Amino acid sequence: METIYDISEPGKKACSLPRLDVLEKDIPYLIPKKHLRGRIPRLPEVTEGEIARHFTNLSNTNFAVDTVFYPLGSCTMKYSPKVNELLSKMEGFSDIHPYQDESQVQGALRIMYELAEWLAEIGGFTKVSLQPAAGAHGELTGLAMIRAYHEHNGNPRQKVIIPDSAHGTNPATAAMLGYKVVQVPSDKYGGVDVNALEKLLDDQVAAIFLTNPNTLGIFDRNILKINEMVHSVGALSYCDGANLNAILGKSRPGDMDFDVLHFNLHKTFSTPHGGGGPGSGPVGVNKILEPFLPVPVIEKDDVLDAYYLNYDRPLSIGRIRAFYGNFAVIVKAYCYIKALGRNGLNHVSDISVLNANYLKNKLKRIYDLPYDVPCMHEFVLSASKQKRLGIKARDIAKRLIDYNIHPPTIYFPLIVDEALMIEPTETESLRTLDLFIEAMERIAEEAINNPEKILEAPHNTAISRLNEAEAARHPRLSCLPSDVIKDGKQK
Amino acid sequence: MDFIPITANNKDKMLKFLGVETIDELFTQSIPHEVKLKKQLNIPAGVSEYELIKHMRELAERNLSLSRFTSFLGGGAYDHFIPSIVDAIVSLPELYTPYTPYQPEVSQGILQSLFEYQTMIIELTGLEVANASLYDGSTAVSEASLLACDVTGKNKIVVSETVHSEYREVLKNYTVGIGAEIKHIPMKDGLTDLKVLEEMLSDDCACVIIQHPNFFGYLEDVEEISIMAHRYKALFIVCIDPISLAILKAPGEYNADVAVGEGQPLGNKMNFGGPYLGIFACRREYIRRVPGHLISSATDKNGRVGYVLTLQAREQYIRREKATSNICTSEVLNAIAAAVYLSCMGPEGLLEVANQCLQKSHYAYKRLSNIHYLEPLSNAPFFKEFCFKSSKPIDKINDALLDEGIIGGLDIGKLCSKQENTILFCVTEKRTKDEIDKLVSVMEKV
Repeated sequence: METIYDISEPGKKACSLPRLDVLEKDIPYLIPKKHLRGRIPRLPEVTEGEIARHFTNLSNTNFAVDTVFYPLGSCTMKYSPKVNELLSKMEGFSDIHPYQDESQVQGALRIMYELAEWLAEIGGFTKVSLQPAAGAHGELTGLAMIRAYHEHNGNPRQKVIIPDSAHGTNPATAAMLGYKVVQVPSDKYGGVDVNALEKLLDDQVAAIFLTNPNTLGIFDRNILKINEMVHSVGALSYCDGANLNAILGKSRPGDMDFDVLHFNLHKTFSTPHGGGGPGSGPVGVNKILEPFLPVPVIEKDDVLDAYYLNYDRPLSIGRIRAFYGNFAVIVKAYCYIKALGRNGLNHVSDISVLNANYLKNKLKRIYDLPYDVPCMHEFVLSASKQKRLGIKARDIAKRLIDYNIHPPTIYFPLIVDEALMIEPTETESLRTLDLFIEAMERIAEEAINNPEKILEAPHNTAISRLNEAEAARHPRLSCLPSDVIKDGKQK
Repeated sequence: MDFIPITANNKDKMLKFLGVETIDELFTQSIPHEVKLKKQLNIPAGVSEYELIKHMRELAERNLSLSRFTSFLGGGAYDHFIPSIVDAIVSLPELYTPYTPYQPEVSQGILQSLFEYQTMIIELTGLEVANASLYDGSTAVSEASLLACDVTGKNKIVVSETVHSEYREVLKNYTVGIGAEIKHIPMKDGLTDLKVLEEMLSDDCACVIIQHPNFFGYLEDVEEISIMAHRYKALFIVCIDPISLAILKAPGEYNADVAVGEGQPLGNKMNFGGPYLGIFACRREYIRRVPGHLISSATDKNGRVGYVLTLQAREQYIRREKATSNICTSEVLNAIAAAVYLSCMGPEGLLEVANQCLQKSHYAYKRLSNIHYLEPLSNAPFFKEFCFKSSKPIDKINDALLDEGIIGGLDIGKLCSKQENTILFCVTEKRTKDEIDKLVSVMEKV
């Protein structure tokens, strides 16, 4: 499609400001010339109607949860209720400044306080910070607290243990905090190989990073034993909460003896993903990590019935971002939990697990299921059978697009060859699930009878498969021609 | 209230297929008895949509919205005008309900919007590379310093005390893992003390971090600081206000290596502090060390142009512990809001916004200087914010203002212990002469 720069023409504009009502002075009179810019930035010159058409047409080329089934494993692409969007945009929430006095923002503080309490209850923890902006940011916060805890006890330690099935953010987070990543293999049930773990544990291990249910969608039956082993060497246990949608009101990471967990409000609590953010990644901790939580912590003064920001926490790690968190996202998650209540949350996990098991048992008849055990909210197929016919997971993903279905997560987790990771969520109907099964069946048949059709997919999109390798060799990051980057030099 | 389309009939059919009687059996199969929750969650019962709306309205009313009060607050979150089209676009479900664009064939809307955003940031900053967003200004500063330590192989970070204090606190947490040594350059007369900076600089410095305009509103001598940093082969990282770049020199013009900043002023609401937008731009030689997503144009087999995530070998989902950052979900929708805002404004509109901030803040400054109990913190040039020392208690001043419907300046003593009795005023294009006159007249009577 044309870019906004293609439709730009000098002299057009889409904004109007009130007339300047103070006496105007020459800019160089107010700011010394040495500070003033030379070249005017090339920004588009367009009308409002052109902007509306441009971005609306662009939006129409996306698949989105509001338009198609989006079984993207590990991402929990559930429906986001509209009322939450509208409520989060009310002026009383969107037009408040983070430095207004606490007395002027009691409604906002109450929302944050109550959401933190609810999340603590859901996770089985004593306290929650809403500061982190996304899941990986929650990981950074949690591991920074673990590091501070060990430092407080004399030594930050050197290693973090991470399963081979883990999200890429886990090892990346460990590395950012200066830890050496040690990988622990999975056992034949997809859980942590306890014998291998035993050999890795020593007094230089700071923490283990686990996801439970794990990225195969399997609940680790040894979880209590694992956490006991981890704690026995003085290490702490971190739970990646990406898969919390499976266990709301069913099981709590705090009760599994995890010390810290991050929530993904943009997964479990239905806040929309925004095409890659904004998210929100609150962290919950138990008693031993509580002193290290980021500041400020939102507290309630029961006597005055007022909420306030508490900075007086001497062991706190300090801040992990400016201000208090992705508040607009927090409001949406608050609305979601408020509307669903305890029974609604329970029902979410019921149906997300039912839907996943239904799909799994239907699809395992045609695709390999390397870990054939009861799953939670998601499961991982392998296209290894189809690979022998020359059809890879990527090809199946692209062909699904022709059936108006967003592809599942592919090539993850890394321990499954040609992985197709499928998470239907609870907001999909049986009819949609059956249509997906039918599409997957047809593709399996096509792999045998008409492989070309799959290899050339998708057929009906605005563009076909793009040459990503070429783009990586010569990345072009701007609409404007002078910014072509080639071999590190400007063209 | 829930949003589940599985009926009782559906459920029975599915359970029968699975060979179990109840859904609970599915959980019993998976979750060991010892960790299965045996009680109900202590969370209130659910409510209907109407009850939810009533409840949220009530809570919203307990906040003083700046749509009804006149505000002179700044300090990292700004009350700029946002044209209606911005919210209309980011409210399109096809833009706000997809995931990160890992499947380019069905994500061109997100990818191209981000590509256009990158272009606009490249234009504003005068640098060659811009990414598709980070969390906010504070984390962008931190990510930039990690880049600097990595590419220089050094780990001393020199940061001015005129950089937002919260940003510097975040920096500490982001760099603890690499064992970075952080040196703070003190402030002198509202600006970074260049004499001390000169003394602090040495060959083991990875970077110098300056905010411009700085936290107190004043313009730093970025050209001189850039030369000083480069003399010691340290990277020069500048934290900018994107609105100011319609008037102020682009970071590329004074050879900054990395430009970062808070992108909230570009079409994003204040939202009590988030979600915001971390701007990140740098020189092309660091492209392979950039954190977060980069979007490139690419072609398909028919020669059609499209857009893809590129240089993915930098990112955590490919490189794991060797990634340039752990960032995954960032602030895509906020970046799109910024792209729509900048398209709306265009070069002239943005200049008009910046100029109105400049003119009105100088008008306010001049009028406030005549108040006997106020003393300017500095005589340095400023853009839209400036500070006064007050000999009267700031709480008392702000209480009097609130009675008249005005939310006064920020008491920065509450943020930085070294700056007691100092008020930071911010005057955006939204403030009128009448509002400024009223601010002054109420303050005169305190």
